[in-house]
Amino acid sequence: MTEPLLSAQALVKRFGGLLATDNVSIDVMPGEIHALIGPNGAGKTTLVSQLTGNLRPDTGTIRFAGRDVTRLPLHARVRLGLARSFQITAVLRDFTALDNVALAVQAHRGHSFRFLADVRTDRSLRDPARRGLEAVGLGARADTLAATLSHGEQRQLEIAMALAGEPRLLLLDEPMAGMGPEESQRLVGLLRELKSRCGMLLIEHDMDAVFALADRITVLVYGRAVATGTPEEIRADAQVRQAYLGEGTA
Amino acid sequence: MLAALRTPRGAVTALLLLLMAALPLLTQAFDQRYLLSVGTRIVIWSIAAASLNMILGYGGLVSFGHAAFFGIGGYAVGILSANGIQSGWIQWPLALGVAILWAALIGALSLRTRGVYFIMITLAFAQLVYYLSSGLEAYGGDDGLNISRSRFGGLVDLRDKASFYWLCLILLLATLWFSSRLVHSRFGYVLRGAKSNELRMTALGFPVFRYRLAAFVIAGAFGALSGILLANDGAYVSPAMMSWVKSGDLIVIVVLGGIGALFGPLYGAITFFAVEEFLKPLLDLLHRGWGEYWQIVFGPLLVIVALYAQGGIDSLLGRRHD
Ligand SMILES: Nc1ncnc2c1ncn2[C@@H]1O[C@H](COP(=O)(O)OP(=O)(O)OP(=O)(O)O)[C@@H](O)[C@H]1O
Ligand SMILES: [Mg+2]
Repeated sequence: MTEPLLSAQALVKRFGGLLATDNVSIDVMPGEIHALIGPNGAGKTTLVSQLTGNLRPDTGTIRFAGRDVTRLPLHARVRLGLARSFQITAVLRDFTALDNVALAVQAHRGHSFRFLADVRTDRSLRDPARRGLEAVGLGARADTLAATLSHGEQRQLEIAMALAGEPRLLLLDEPMAGMGPEESQRLVGLLRELKSRCGMLLIEHDMDAVFALADRITVLVYGRAVATGTPEEIRADAQVRQAYLGEGTA
Repeated sequence: MLAALRTPRGAVTALLLLLMAALPLLTQAFDQRYLLSVGTRIVIWSIAAASLNMILGYGGLVSFGHAAFFGIGGYAVGILSANGIQSGWIQWPLALGVAILWAALIGALSLRTRGVYFIMITLAFAQLVYYLSSGLEAYGGDDGLNISRSRFGGLVDLRDKASFYWLCLILLLATLWFSSRLVHSRFGYVLRGAKSNELRMTALGFPVFRYRLAAFVIAGAFGALSGILLANDGAYVSPAMMSWVKSGDLIVIVVLGGIGALFGPLYGAITFFAVEEFLKPLLDLLHRGWGEYWQIVFGPLLVIVALYAQGGIDSLLGRRHD
């Protein structure tokens, strides 16, 4: 069996009295889309934040690409090939769409202690950035200020930024939220294409997208992983249907 | 280049620089030597403001202790001079070196904080240097220290007002040139990106702290350069050059000129000193003694700029393209 790309063991995270992550173990295989679903407040974002390093778990370990990254800071994990898109859109609003992606490319081109050369004419940054924008369907909006992009476009931009570093693992926190049906469709297509290149942990409330894309699904309820399995298994799981999908959905 | 002259900003800036380059000749022709000393002060303060603009304007880091670098640059020159080391070739690099070390130290401590805490801690460190310098009894304590100007062999005589002015102007242009490259460099983009959205930049893989620290050190070095010049301008250093009021004045100049605008520090410094020079006599003319309170008039003026011209004076010259 191949080794998982990412593997978290027995993570626990408390916020005061609230057990937001309750002894969760989860892994993502190379080339796999592992979906994480669960009701609002189940602790999905909290879990992902621990995987990326935005939050530190109280106990538990996280291994990524064969090494223990539990104590590694966020930016160092990104260097290893871990990329994230945020549930609440986080783009650089004062920069153009192209600048946003070019900065994401730059993050993976060694250090940025370069003080004189103009990035605006740096083809080693701009060309891949342009291709990245085109891949998510934003090619025509390259020179638009990120702040003035529509909400759906900003989500697409986030994906382009996350992909710019050619990550090995992509953590997507509700990427379709706020997208129109057409944009969602395109994103589903894009993610399916990307699958061969990187593993994904996908948080999503859009069940059509989840069942269309996921190889495995983990269901999180009140901070606990109540079930993990193939989409068929999850659909059939009585506990899951009761707790989350609601009887009669399947 | 020539096309840039056709925009209002380009034309005004070009005219201004031309005037500034010719200032020693003009003041001589019209026998207004006092104006040359005002011009020198404006140029030196512009360097300081430009250095603050690097962290405040591009990085969004509101340092309220930037005048400390006036003092560190100035006192390094002063103390060396008092100990018989007059060569600028030794004084200036040493002064810059001390400033860099100091900036690295306080940057490493203060950049871990945000917002108001950052403002307070940079202020606190600057006050620390201020009181340290007041305590230097061997070097004049509160009264300050008369020094002789740095010597550069036969290259340039800093005692000559015109030569000194031109040297300051060249250093200002070099500072602005560097600043203009910095904004659009990889480093500058990281700095500006972190101002826009720190979390995002970290999640992209940038160790933001390191870049901010480097920016802080660079700004400190240019700040110290202006301190070195200030000491040579008056042949005198004193704790007053780094009082918190001066740090505040520097922020005012940056905001007035236009935060993050390339020539903003220059516009800001010119306006600041012009107001100081002309508002005082004007108020005194209205009523003797009122001149002392020029800042009471200047304060509300500033508020108006902050409220109605958010990009400062720079924004009056049209949209920026960067
Ligand atoms: N920084 C924090 N401090 C305190 N409590 C927090 C913090 N972050 C999250 N929580 C709480 O932890 C629980 C899990 O939140 P989380 O955002 O991870 O849920 P989620 O599954 O992502 O929900 P949603 O589907 O609404 O995005 C919630 O009860 C939330 O209020
Ligand atoms: Mg969430």
